Amino acid sequence: MKTHVTTTINGATVEFLCQPRQSLLAVLRDELSLTGCKEGCNNGNCGACTVMLDGLPVDSCLVLAVEAEGAEIETVEGIAEQGHLHPLQQCFLEGAALQCGICTPGFLVTAKALLEKNPQPSEQEIRFGLAGNLCRCTGYDKIVRAVQAASQASPES
Amino acid sequence: MSTEVAPDTQTPATYKVIGTRPVRHDSADKVTGKAVYTDDLHVPNMVFGAFVRSPHAHARIVSIDTSDAEKMPGVLATCTSADLPDPWDKVDNLGEGCVNYAHLSGNVLARNKALYKGHAVAAVAATDSYLAQEAARRIRVEYEPLPATMCVQDAMRNDAPLLHDELITHTLDDKPARPSNIASHIQFEKGNVDEGFAAADVVIEREFKTATVHQGYIEPHVSVALWNEDGRLKIWTATQGSFVVRQQMAELLKMPVSQITIVPCEIGGGFGGKISVYEQPVAAVLSRKCGRPVKIMMQRDEVFEATGPTPASFMRVKLGATKDGKLTAGKAWLAFDAGAFPGGVIGPGAMCVFSCYDLPHATVDGFDVVLNKPKTQAYRAPGSTHVAFATECVIDELAERLKIDPIEFRLNNAAKEGTRRVDGPVYPRVGLVECLQAIQESDHWKTPLTGPNRGRGVACGFWFNCGLKSSVTANVNADGTVTLVEGSTDIGGTRTSIAMQLAETLGITAEDVIPQVVDTDSVGFTDVTGGSRTTFATGLAAHEAALDIQKQMVEQAAQIWECSPDEVTVADGVYQGNGKSLSFKALAVEADKVGIPIVGRGVVDPQCSTNAFAVNLVDVEVDPETGKVTILRFTVCQDAGKAIHPSYVEGQMQGGSAQGIGWALNEEYFYGDDGHMRNASFLDYRMPTCYDLPMIDTIIVEVANPDHPYGVRGVGEVPIVPPPPAIANAIYRATGVRFFELPMSPPTVWNAIKGQTTGE
Repeated sequence: MKTHVTTTINGATVEFLCQPRQSLLAVLRDELSLTGCKEGCNNGNCGACTVMLDGLPVDSCLVLAVEAEGAEIETVEGIAEQGHLHPLQQCFLEGAALQCGICTPGFLVTAKALLEKNPQPSEQEIRFGLAGNLCRCTGYDKIVRAVQAASQASPES
Repeated sequence: MSTEVAPDTQTPATYKVIGTRPVRHDSADKVTGKAVYTDDLHVPNMVFGAFVRSPHAHARIVSIDTSDAEKMPGVLATCTSADLPDPWDKVDNLGEGCVNYAHLSGNVLARNKALYKGHAVAAVAATDSYLAQEAARRIRVEYEPLPATMCVQDAMRNDAPLLHDELITHTLDDKPARPSNIASHIQFEKGNVDEGFAAADVVIEREFKTATVHQGYIEPHVSVALWNEDGRLKIWTATQGSFVVRQQMAELLKMPVSQITIVPCEIGGGFGGKISVYEQPVAAVLSRKCGRPVKIMMQRDEVFEATGPTPASFMRVKLGATKDGKLTAGKAWLAFDAGAFPGGVIGPGAMCVFSCYDLPHATVDGFDVVLNKPKTQAYRAPGSTHVAFATECVIDELAERLKIDPIEFRLNNAAKEGTRRVDGPVYPRVGLVECLQAIQESDHWKTPLTGPNRGRGVACGFWFNCGLKSSVTANVNADGTVTLVEGSTDIGGTRTSIAMQLAETLGITAEDVIPQVVDTDSVGFTDVTGGSRTTFATGLAAHEAALDIQKQMVEQAAQIWECSPDEVTVADGVYQGNGKSLSFKALAVEADKVGIPIVGRGVVDPQCSTNAFAVNLVDVEVDPETGKVTILRFTVCQDAGKAIHPSYVEGQMQGGSAQGIGWALNEEYFYGDDGHMRNASFLDYRMPTCYDLPMIDTIIVEVANPDHPYGVRGVGEVPIVPPPPAIANAIYRATGVRFFELPMSPPTVWNAIKGQTTGE
C-alpha cells in the first residue's frame, strides 16, 4: 500500500508515492534523488539529514514522508539560487569549514534557519543553534567562524 | 587572531602556492549536496542487504536456518560464513596495522562462535531495505551462550573464558604450554632500568584505565557490490584505502586482484575505522548469488557494536627523576583490549609510551588481549592517546613534586634529534622543543588564569606518521591546466594539499590543477589515507610527477625553439631558451599543437616516519555541584614541518583536539553484565557538540622534515593525543584531585571531588 503525497520542495510542487513507514529522509533520498541530506544515525541525533519543513529545521529521519502532505520543504539543494552560492555556502568554502563534508548539508540548512531568525547571533547563540548537528572532523571552530562571517556578510547587517 | 604561525627558519619564504589558502577543489560539490557518497548511489537494478547479528557476547553457533527467510517474496539471497572460502593464516600489512585473514574472515561473518554482541552471523538480500531487515529477523540462529569476558584484566586471568581455543601467546619468552586470551606480549628495553631508578630522587608509579571509544564518523559503513557474470567484481564503497579493500577482498574471496575494481566514493569520515572490510565481502557474495548489485548500509547501532572501536586499556607507568629535573628511568606495563581477534593497537602504544622524552633507561611490556568486544581498530594515532594519558599525567606529577614548571620540566627532557626511542629508532630533526617554546611564548600561557574551580594543564603527544606507497599521474591539458589523477581517498582536503605541491613545483596556480580521486583500475597502487601520510607521501608523488612533466616540457620547448634541451632553463614556471620565453601555460598550448601528449608520473614508497609532535595548553572550570568540566580556553601547538594549506592543517589540529576532548570528558562504551553495549547511539555515546567546545586556537610550528622537498610532516593524527592528559592536569589544578581513568565524565569527577571533601 502506498500513499500519495503532494508537497512543495525547493519552491516546486512535487508529488510522490510512499509507504506509510518511510521517513521523509528516505523519500527525499531514495524516491526523489535529493541525496544532499544525509543519513548518519536515522534516529534524530546527528542532524546530517536536516531540512526545512514549513520554516523550521527538522531531522528528516524523524518525519514520516506522509507528514509532508501540503508542506513546504527546503533542502540543501535549494540553498544556492540560479547558479549562485548563498553567502553561507561561500563562507563555508572560503573558511575551510568542512573536511569530509558529510555533515555539511545539515549544518548549512540549520545555519540558514538560524540566521533567518537571528541575523546577528553571538558566538554562544551560534553554538547553541548548531548543537543538534554533529561534526566529527572540524572541532566546529571553522564552522562557527563561517556562520559568523556569513552573518556579517548578510544584507541585514 | 586565534591562529599564529611561528616564524619559519627552516625553509625559504619564496613559495607562491604552498602556505596559501585556496578554496578546495571539491568544496562547491560539498556545500551544495552534489558530492556523491556511497549511499547516494542508485546502481540500476540494485537490491539491499541486511545483517543478522549475534544477540550474545559469546556463544557457540549451533545452527543457522535461512529457509523461512528465503521463502519470502522479494528475498533473493542469503549468506553465511559457509559462503566464504576457507580462510588461512596469512598476515598482511594494511598500512595502519596488520591483519590476519583468518581472523578477518571470521570477523566479517562468524564461524562456529559469535565472539561479541553484534558479531555478524548471516546476511540477506531483498528488493527493498525494509524487506531485507524483515527477512534477517526470519533467519533462525540457534546459539549456545558461553560465559563472556569483558575487561582486559579479567581476560588475562588463567580462569577466564577462552575466546580462541588455540591461541598461544606470541612472546619473546618461552612459548606458553596452554592457550590464553593473551595474543602477544611485546617487550622493549633500553639501558638498565634498575640503575636508572636507583639514580632517581623521586619515583612515581600510577595505574591508569581508559574506556572503549569509537571513531564516530558520521557516515555509517556502506557499500554497493556488483559481481558480474564474467566473474569481475566491482565495489563502490566508503573507504580510506581502495587498494587495501581490493587486497582484502582478493584474499577473503580467493580471487585475483585484477578481477576486482574498487570505486572509492566520497567518504564521510574514517579516522582509522574505515580500513578493515566489514560489509564489502558480504555484499559481494550476496551479489554473486542473486546476480544483482547489492547495497549494504549499516545502521548506527551496528556501527557502534560491530565496527572498530579503539580499545579500552589498563596501564601502569613509573617514572623517576633527579631533583634537578632530569628523567632517569621509565617503566611501562600496558594491556590493551584487542577485541574479539588478536592484533589491536598495543604495538604502537608500546612504542609511543615514552616517545616524547629522552629516557636513558626504560622497559615496556605490552599485552594484546582478546575479549568479547568488537575487534578494535586504529583510531587517529592508534594507541598513542592511551599511553600519553598515563605518561603525561605522571610527568605532571613529577614536575609538581620537584617544584619545576611543567613546561620547563618537559623542555629539560624533551626528545630531540639524536634521541633514541625505547623501541629503537633514533629521531632525525624533530620539533617538540619548538612546540613547547611556542606554547611558552603564546598569549594563552602569558595570560594568567584566575577564578575559583579553574585550572590550567599542559601535555605533549607524539605520532610516527608513515610513508608507504603512493602513485599519481598528471596529464597536461591543451589549455595549460593539469589533471592530477590519484588513488588517495580525500577525507579532509588532501586533493588540494597534493594539488598545491604539484602547482608549486610547476609554477602554476592551485586552481590550474584538477585533482581526481579514481578507482583501482585507473591509477597505480596507493596505500590508505591513514598514518598521516597522504599530504606527505602522495604529495611527494605529485612533486615527482611535476618534475617528470617539467622534463618533458623542456624537451618540447627545445624542439619548438630549435635548440638543445640543455639550453632551456626553468624558473618560477617560466621556460626560457634560444632567446625565447614562455610561461608553463603558454608553452603547454604550443606543445599541444606540435608534440606528443605530456603525462607525468610519480611513484613513491618512502620508508620513513615523519615524526609529529603536538603540545596542548588548556584551561578548565569544574562545576563542584555537578562535576561537569567546561573547557574555557584551548591552544594546540603542532609541528607541521611545512603547512601546505594552513587552513586544513588548523582543521586537523582542531578536529583532532575535539576528538581528544570527547575522549577525555565523555565518550565511553557502557557495557552491561551481559556484555551488551548500553549506549549504541549518538544520543548516549556522547561526542562533543558545538555547544560543548570553545574556539580551538592553533599554533603551527614549522620545523622542516628533512625527508620531503617542501618539509612536510603528517599532521592528521597527533592532535588527538595530548588532550586527555592536558585536561586531567588542568582538572587537578582546579580541584586538587588527580584522575587516573578516562573519561573524566561528570559523575566520575563529582564523586572524586566529593570523596576528597569528605575525606574518603
